[in-house]
Amino acid sequence: MRIILNGKQTEVSSDVTISTLLKSNDFPEEAVLIEHNGAIVPQEEWANTELRTGDKLEILHFVGGG
Amino acid sequence: MYDPLIIGGRELKSRFFVGTGKFSSNQLIPQVIKASGAQVVTVALRRVDPDYPQENILNYVPVDTILMPNTSGARNADEAIRIARLARASGCGEWIKIEVIADNRYLLPDNFETLKATEVLAQEGFVVLPYMNPDLMAAKQMEAAGAAAVMPLGAPIGSNRGLRTKELIRILIAEIDLPIIVDAGLGRPSEAAEAMEMGAAAVLVNTALATAGDPLQMAEAFGLAVQAGRQGYLAAPGIVHTTGQASSPLTDFLRE
Repeated sequence: MRIILNGKQTEVSSDVTISTLLKSNDFPEEAVLIEHNGAIVPQEEWANTELRTGDKLEILHFVGGG
Repeated sequence: MYDPLIIGGRELKSRFFVGTGKFSSNQLIPQVIKASGAQVVTVALRRVDPDYPQENILNYVPVDTILMPNTSGARNADEAIRIARLARASGCGEWIKIEVIADNRYLLPDNFETLKATEVLAQEGFVVLPYMNPDLMAAKQMEAAGAAAVMPLGAPIGSNRGLRTKELIRILIAEIDLPIIVDAGLGRPSEAAEAMEMGAAAVLVNTALATAGDPLQMAEAFGLAVQAGRQGYLAAPGIVHTTGQASSPLTDFLRE
């Protein structure tokens, strides 16, 4: 299925959760923030948040800034 | 000398805030923070790019530092509010620098949208520090909206042009009952000292450090300048005259 991951159409497997998506893409779990369809998802809910076709997922992190 | 700056219930010994953008290497960041003496440090929030993995900047910021995420990238109040809520959800604290910019050439802030975001976020319990054009009426509105401090620009972001808005900042210092933190544009330590001598509560510097030949030495120089300027302000400078005023007692015996 396709989701919109950080603004890009991305193909993911159909039974993916936020946790499994992060692991399969080598995203460092401890360093990222997740917004799922516009709502912030706390880390303890990543393992049981299943993604559906067309979902919008933002994976964010802190970078240097002034 | 005991002269703390209190913002959001936190007592700060250092009046020098630093940004973490544009350094040639993340390894420099902890050294710059140490050399500057800063206790408040800004960071930004961005999408993770799997093709260009970046290290977590927070690994380079000492744990006792107060993090002040900015809302850079926001073009209106709603986007700034969204970034602020995300940043707070990360557990890095309540402080937020509101930065709303829709002008890509001069990177000047939108005071109206900044005010709207300040109002909402202050009500949600954030410690809100709006980055703004130094406009007195807007600063009064930020104060009424619950800002913890206001951060007028000295010159456009990243320009190293110095304290170009001096006269307007002087008015904010005189009229606004909040800490005035000069943010953006300062390029040299003397400019930071000048802002502090005028009565600014603190200054925030990033580009001047990141683009200096020796960022660590520049961080230390700015830290000293901020302290010097602050002490000069507290010491209350003497009256300015247009003519010479003798410093030595007049020697009348030569003429008698």
